Amino acid sequence: MKSTRATQEPVWVRYTLLTIGLSFLFFFLGLPLLAVFVEALAQGVPVYIEALKEPETASAIWLTVGIALAVLPFNIVFGVAAAWAIAKFEFKGKSLLITLIDLPFAVSPVVAGLIFILLFGSQGTFGEWLSEHDIKIIFAVPGMILATLFITFPFIARELIPLMQAQGKDEEEAAVSLGASGWQMFIRVTLPNIKWGLLYGVILSNARAMGEFGAVSVVSGHIRGETNTLPLHVEILYNEYNAIGAFAAASILALLALVTLVAKTIVEWRMKKETEMLNTVLAPEKT
Amino acid sequence: MAAKTHRVLPGFGLALGYTLVYLSLLILLPLGGLILKASELGFGQIMDIALGERSLAAFRVTFGASFLAAAVNAFFGLIVAWILVRYPFPGKRFVDALVDLPFALPTAVAGITLATLYAGNGWLGQFIEPLGFKVAYTPWGIVVALTFITLPFVVRTLQPVIEDIETEVEEAAASLGASRWQTFVKVIFPAIFPALLTGFALAFARAVGEYGSVIFIAGNLPLISEITPLLIISKLEQYDVLGATALAVVMLGLSFLLLLSVNLLQWWTANRHKNSEPLEVAAAKASGGAQ
Repeated sequence: MKSTRATQEPVWVRYTLLTIGLSFLFFFLGLPLLAVFVEALAQGVPVYIEALKEPETASAIWLTVGIALAVLPFNIVFGVAAAWAIAKFEFKGKSLLITLIDLPFAVSPVVAGLIFILLFGSQGTFGEWLSEHDIKIIFAVPGMILATLFITFPFIARELIPLMQAQGKDEEEAAVSLGASGWQMFIRVTLPNIKWGLLYGVILSNARAMGEFGAVSVVSGHIRGETNTLPLHVEILYNEYNAIGAFAAASILALLALVTLVAKTIVEWRMKKETEMLNTVLAPEKT
Repeated sequence: MAAKTHRVLPGFGLALGYTLVYLSLLILLPLGGLILKASELGFGQIMDIALGERSLAAFRVTFGASFLAAAVNAFFGLIVAWILVRYPFPGKRFVDALVDLPFALPTAVAGITLATLYAGNGWLGQFIEPLGFKVAYTPWGIVVALTFITLPFVVRTLQPVIEDIETEVEEAAASLGASRWQTFVKVIFPAIFPALLTGFALAFARAVGEYGSVIFIAGNLPLISEITPLLIISKLEQYDVLGATALAVVMLGLSFLLLLSVNLLQWWTANRHKNSEPLEVAAAKASGGAQ
């Protein structure tokens, strides 16, 4: 950015702002991140490794990964379908639909868990029918998957809608008029165009799915070795004053968060590059 | 782009149909169930539960702490967004990426870490407590946790808006004799104010519903440091499903109001952007104060 003296703050102002801003980030972000790993390794690496090898921690890791994998296809299919309908077609009530897709962001995770208990819990609407047929949803994995689906519902659609709107529909229309089937058009034209945006949404929703606490906590029933995800296991260990165990489990989640941030930054960089390319190619057409 | 008359592209019916069915089954039906359950109570009883001593205190703590956290983030977030866009410094890309940490870090991890940092023997607590100020296990702990959780909102809504400010406007203001401070107050701040407000509202809305990070650091004393989401869970654990439902419905209503105001704000921002003042008018306004 070009900057002249007229559009710059005095040097002392710049340094003051830099100091305030960076100190704030250090105390609120840097220090907590550092503390997770320092606490986890407080009694040395061997103790840390032992804590991670504990069977309950290991099973919590697998359950967390399993739930994240289970919700992924649902979120991808919904995200692409919703973005396709909203970005490429005109219809009545579109802005209402967009608002409704954002709805889960406005709902407290605890409330998200509660609504599934009201439906599927033992005293819920379908509770009797479920227990007659010996199906367990609440205090079992299906309920946790439902709660996670609810919480991660908007992420992919939200990324894809503006992206696909910006790309317009000329390319797809060209493909169709040249005789491509719907599926061919999607695989050859749409998917390559949206792949980075889709990946971005997947990264965000995956981070949320693996880290979700409130909603999953309400429906899980906290059955050790059965319905304990890694975040829930962190709570149990912490409440048992097993700080090393809690922070060892937490350090896995923190590493995951760091991987998420790196992946996110790379994808953002790729997307920026592609929009820049798109803008230079299509610049005269856009208003 | 007026291809409205006939649809060339395939899949509209399938895509929209699937979207509506999935949205209804997963989101609308369950939320409707909550409202249906609450209607068993009736409006008067819901209000009785929500305005009970313990619930009212919980609402006060939840909304008060959320407001403070959002305000802290509005102030520091503006500074952080400003330095990230305008000032060069070493490690900037790393710092920029780190701002999203609260979105990526599970809330339970944030909760136990902040509780450990601010506890009496923690890295920060040991310096703060001798000053007679307790953070961990007090309502202040809630503010700290919520500040962490909602930190990215203000920064991320402000960054693109600050990037979009044309330096020409600032130059024009300066050339007409405005001081840097006057330019900031009269040209820059009005331009970024809607975004600042949007970031504040987003942070506030997120903070109100937060549970995971808060419960570890709050102390969770009824009437003092108990947040509404925790009260909902404790009612649920005591098999008081109706009580939990009543509180949840009130929270849901308040969240909708917040969501609505965020949408209105964003609409306002977009509209302002469309009919933004011509360059000369903005510049003249700034210099007007200089005379």
